[in-house]
Amino acid sequence: MIAGDARLHRRDFLAACGLTAGGVVLPGLAGRAVAAEALQSTLDVRFKKTLADAALNAATQAGASYCDVRVGRYLRQFVITRDAHVENVVNTESMGVGVRVIAGGAWGFAATNDLSPASVAKAAQLAAAIARANSHNQSEPVQLAPTKGVGEVSWRTPIQRSAFDVPVKEKVDLLMGVNGAALAAGANFVNSIIFSVNEQKYFASTDGSYIDQDVHRIWAPIEVTCIDKATGKFRQRSGLSAPVGMGYEYLDGAASGKVVLPNGVVCYGASYDMKEDAIAAARQARAKLTAPSVKPGKYDLVLDPSNIWLTIHESVGHPTELDRVLGYEANFAGTSFATLDKKAAHFKYGSEHVNIVADKLQPGSLGAVGYDDEGIKTKRWDLIRDGVLVDYQAIRDQAHIIGKTESDGCCYADSWSSVQFQRMANVSLQPGKTPLTVPDMIKDVENGIYIVGDGSFSIDQQRYNAQFGGQLFFEIKNGKVGQQIEDVAYQIRTPEFWNACVGVCDQRDYRLNGSFFDGKGQPEQVSAVSHGAATARFNGVNVINTARSLG
Amino acid sequence: MTIFTEDQARAICAKVVALSKADECTAELSGAITGNVRFALNNVTTSGVVDDCDLIVRVAFGKRAGVATINQFDDASLERVVRRAEDLARLAPDNPEFVPAVGKQNYMPSQSFSPATAAIVPEFRAQAAADSITPCRAAKLVAAGYLEDSQSFSAFANSRGNVGYQRSTKLDYTCTVRTEDGRGSGWVGRDLQDSTAFSASTDIRTAIRKASASSEAKALEPGKYTVILEPHAAAGLIGFMMNYFGAREADEGRSFLSKKGGGNKLGEQVFGPQVNISTDPAHPEASVLAWDNDYVARQRMPLIENGRVVNMQYSRYWAQKQGKTPVADIGNLLMAGGTKSTADLIRTTERGVLVSRTWYIRMVDPQTVLLTGLTRDGTFYIENGAIKYPVKNFRFNESPVIMLNNVEELGKPIRVVGDESPLVMMLPPMKLRDFTFTSLSDAV
Repeated sequence: MIAGDARLHRRDFLAACGLTAGGVVLPGLAGRAVAAEALQSTLDVRFKKTLADAALNAATQAGASYCDVRVGRYLRQFVITRDAHVENVVNTESMGVGVRVIAGGAWGFAATNDLSPASVAKAAQLAAAIARANSHNQSEPVQLAPTKGVGEVSWRTPIQRSAFDVPVKEKVDLLMGVNGAALAAGANFVNSIIFSVNEQKYFASTDGSYIDQDVHRIWAPIEVTCIDKATGKFRQRSGLSAPVGMGYEYLDGAASGKVVLPNGVVCYGASYDMKEDAIAAARQARAKLTAPSVKPGKYDLVLDPSNIWLTIHESVGHPTELDRVLGYEANFAGTSFATLDKKAAHFKYGSEHVNIVADKLQPGSLGAVGYDDEGIKTKRWDLIRDGVLVDYQAIRDQAHIIGKTESDGCCYADSWSSVQFQRMANVSLQPGKTPLTVPDMIKDVENGIYIVGDGSFSIDQQRYNAQFGGQLFFEIKNGKVGQQIEDVAYQIRTPEFWNACVGVCDQRDYRLNGSFFDGKGQPEQVSAVSHGAATARFNGVNVINTARSLG
Repeated sequence: MTIFTEDQARAICAKVVALSKADECTAELSGAITGNVRFALNNVTTSGVVDDCDLIVRVAFGKRAGVATINQFDDASLERVVRRAEDLARLAPDNPEFVPAVGKQNYMPSQSFSPATAAIVPEFRAQAAADSITPCRAAKLVAAGYLEDSQSFSAFANSRGNVGYQRSTKLDYTCTVRTEDGRGSGWVGRDLQDSTAFSASTDIRTAIRKASASSEAKALEPGKYTVILEPHAAAGLIGFMMNYFGAREADEGRSFLSKKGGGNKLGEQVFGPQVNISTDPAHPEASVLAWDNDYVARQRMPLIENGRVVNMQYSRYWAQKQGKTPVADIGNLLMAGGTKSTADLIRTTERGVLVSRTWYIRMVDPQTVLLTGLTRDGTFYIENGAIKYPVKNFRFNESPVIMLNNVEELGKPIRVVGDESPLVMMLPPMKLRDFTFTSLSDAV
C-alpha cells in the first residue's frame, strides 16, 4: 500500500497478501508456496558463503569498488479464518540472491533466483554494468560511510518457539476457539489470522562481513463485527494485539502480558491472550452500537500505547527519514517538514516530556536485527531529546550529507530481489522519568477522552496535518474514566500536538505496538516496524465527530 | 523470457491438471516483464527491469483445498508443485464455503495488449526521465517521478475444461514538480495501455504549470465548498467506495449497501440521478482481463443507473447461497459524464475550489464510507468562472456516497488509476456541492 503504513483494513490486508475471495493470487509479498515440512530447514551457511564469494569476486573483477550480496530465503505462512471455518492455509517461500555494487561511483543492482555460483556471478557482472551505465547521469559519486568488516557472525531473533514448528492444526484449533468465543459473546462476524514470517538472510560484502541472520515475526489480527439489523447499524472492533518480533510464544496468553487499564479494558504487552481479547471485542463492538456520539471540540487526550504508536509512526518516524527530508521520496511517500535547517536551529518538536529514540535493538520489536541490510551493526540513537529535534535516520550513502561518520544501521530490503534502502527503525516515545501511573495521569483531567487501539489514520505528504481514530473511546470527566463513546477522530498539526504533551507515564506502562506494512519507495517495498510508548497525555486537542447520515 | 505464447501456456497448464490426483485442479500461469525508471532532485535515481513468472496450482479433495506455487516449469518442478498443493489440501480442514472450480465460461474478447508498450526499451524510459527533468531544470523547478511499463500474460486451465489466455500491457507515469523554495508543488499522472499515446514532454507541462501557479497559497477557512475534483482527485474516493460493492457484506448487514431490517440496496436510489457507472472488460480505452480472480467471466453491465444500484458483486458461494447468478469482481469502472473539460467546468463556477489531486485516503467509518484524506499539488480558489489564487491544502472528511448525491455537473471522462485501487477507471471531472473540508494543512 502507498506511503502507506500501518495496519490495514482486513480486505486491504488480504489484497496485500494476494489473498482474495477467489483464492490465492500471488503477490510480491509472498513467493512460491511450499509444503509445511520444508519450512523448518535453513540453507547451509557454507553454501551461502560460496554463492556470496562468487558474487564478490565477479564484482571485483568487473571493476566494482564495493559489492554486497544478500542470499535470502523468505518464508511466510497464513492461516486465515472467517467465523466458524478456515478460509485458507498458505505457505509461501521465495529464495534468491541480490547483488549491489558501486562501479564508476554509481550504484547498480541485479538479482537472480538461480542459486548457482555461475548465475550469481553473472548477476554481479550485470550489476556492475548497470552501475557504469548509471554513472554517466550522476552528478556526484556515491559516498559510503566507512564500516569495518565483522567477519563470519550470526544473529537470530530471540524466540522460544518458531511459528513454523507449530503444526497447522494447532493454529487452526486456536483460531477456531477464538472465533467460537467471539461468536458466543455476541459477535455477528469474526475474522482472525495467524501470519508468521521468517526471513533467513545472509549478507556478505567486500568490507569482509559474512552475516547470517534468522529473523522471526508474528501477527495475529482479529476483527469482530456486531450489527443491529433493525437500525442497519454495524460496528467493528479490531484486536488490541501487535505484530511482534517473537515466536509462537507470543500467543501463550500469559498473565504477564496483560495490562488492565483503569476502566477494566485489557491491553497486551509481550504475550497475547487472543481468545480473551476476542470476547472483549465482541462485547465492546456491541456497546459501540449504542454508545453516545462525541461532541466535537477541544479535549485533553489520554492515549494508550496501542493508539499513540501510529501517531508516532506518522508524525515522527516518517518525517525524520533522511531520504524524505532530502526530497528523494517526493513523488511517492512525500517530503518532510522537519528540514535540515530546523535541526540546525534546535527545532522545538515537542514539549520537554517528549524524548523519542530510534532503535534497532529492542527485543520483541519488529525492527530488531543484529545487522542491517548493508551489514551495519545495529544501535539505538536519539531523534528528539527533551523536545528538541536532534537527529535523523540515515544509511551509509546518506550519512555524509548530515555530517555523520557512520550509518545508523537502518537499511532494509523486503526481498532478495529488491534494492535495500533507508527504512524506519523502531521509533519510540520514551517513558517518563518520574513515576506516573495511568490513574495518576487521569485524575486531574477535567474534560478528556481516553483512546485505546488504533483506527483510521491519514497524514499529509510533509507530515504536518494528521487525523487519527481509535478502537475504543471513553469519556474522562473530572478525573474519572466514564462511559464508552463513539465517532471520535483527533486532528493534529504535528509540532503543536507534541508540544501539547504534558506527561508520559513511566516505564511500568511501556508497551510496543507496530505494523507489518509500512510502505515506501517506487517500486514499493514494505517494512515491519515497532513503536514503543507509555500512556501519554496531550492537552487541548481538536476532536471531530465522524458520524454521518446517508439519509 | 517470461512471456509464454498461448500454446506454450496451455501446454503447461494442461500438463499440471493432468498430473493432479486430487478431485479437482486449476493451474494458473502468469508472467510479466516490468521496466521502470525513477528520478528525484532532477536526477535519475534507479532504473531496472524485473522478469517474473509464477505457476499457481489450486487443488481440492472434497471441500479441502490447497494452494502451491512455483517459478520453474520443467517436468520435475511441475510434479513437485502439484504434490505440494495436494499435501496442503490434505492438511486443511473442510471449508463449508468451498465451491468447485468454475465450469466453461464465455469470455468477452478484450484487447488489453498494445505491441508498442511491449516493445519499450531502456532508452525510452531514460528519454521520459530526461523529458521530465530538462524543462524543470530550465524553469528552476525540481522534478521527482516514476515511470513503470509492463507486458504480461495470464493463462489458466482447470479440470472442468475451462481455459483462458490473455496478454496485457500498461504504462503508468507520475511526476511531482516542486519549486526550489518548496512553496509550490504540481503533479501529473498518465495511465495508458498503449505507449504511443504517451508524451512525457507534454504531460510535464501540467505539473510545471501547477507547481508554479501554486506558490503563494492563501488560507481559506475550512468548511463546505463547491469543489471541482479533477478525475485523478476523484479516483481515490470513488475507487475506495467500490471496495464495498459486494452483495455478501451488504446482505450480512455490514456495508453502506445494507438495508435496514436486512438485505441489500440493490435496485434502490443511493446516489444522485446524474450518476451512471458501468463496467466493461472490453472498453477500448480501459480494457482489462476478461475474468476475475475466481475465473468468472466479466460482463459489460451497469452498476449504477441514474443513481440506482443495479448490480453488485456476487461471489459464486454467495450467489449459490442466495439463489442468484454469480457476478464477477469488476476490473474497470466507467463513469459517464458530459463533454466539458475541467476548464469548462471552472468557467461556469461562481465560487469554488479546484482540487488537482487527493492523498492518503483512509476509511473513517465504513457505515457511511466516510473517508478522510488531503488535497495536494495544486488547490485553487475559483471566483466568477476563473482561478483567482492558489489556496493552502485541506483535509477533507467526506463520503463518496454523499458526494455523489451533490453532483452539480460532470465533465468528459478520462482514464485514471487511483493511488491504491486496482481498477482502471474512466472518470469525469466533477463539480460537487458542499464538499466537507475539516482543517488546513501546511504541507506543500
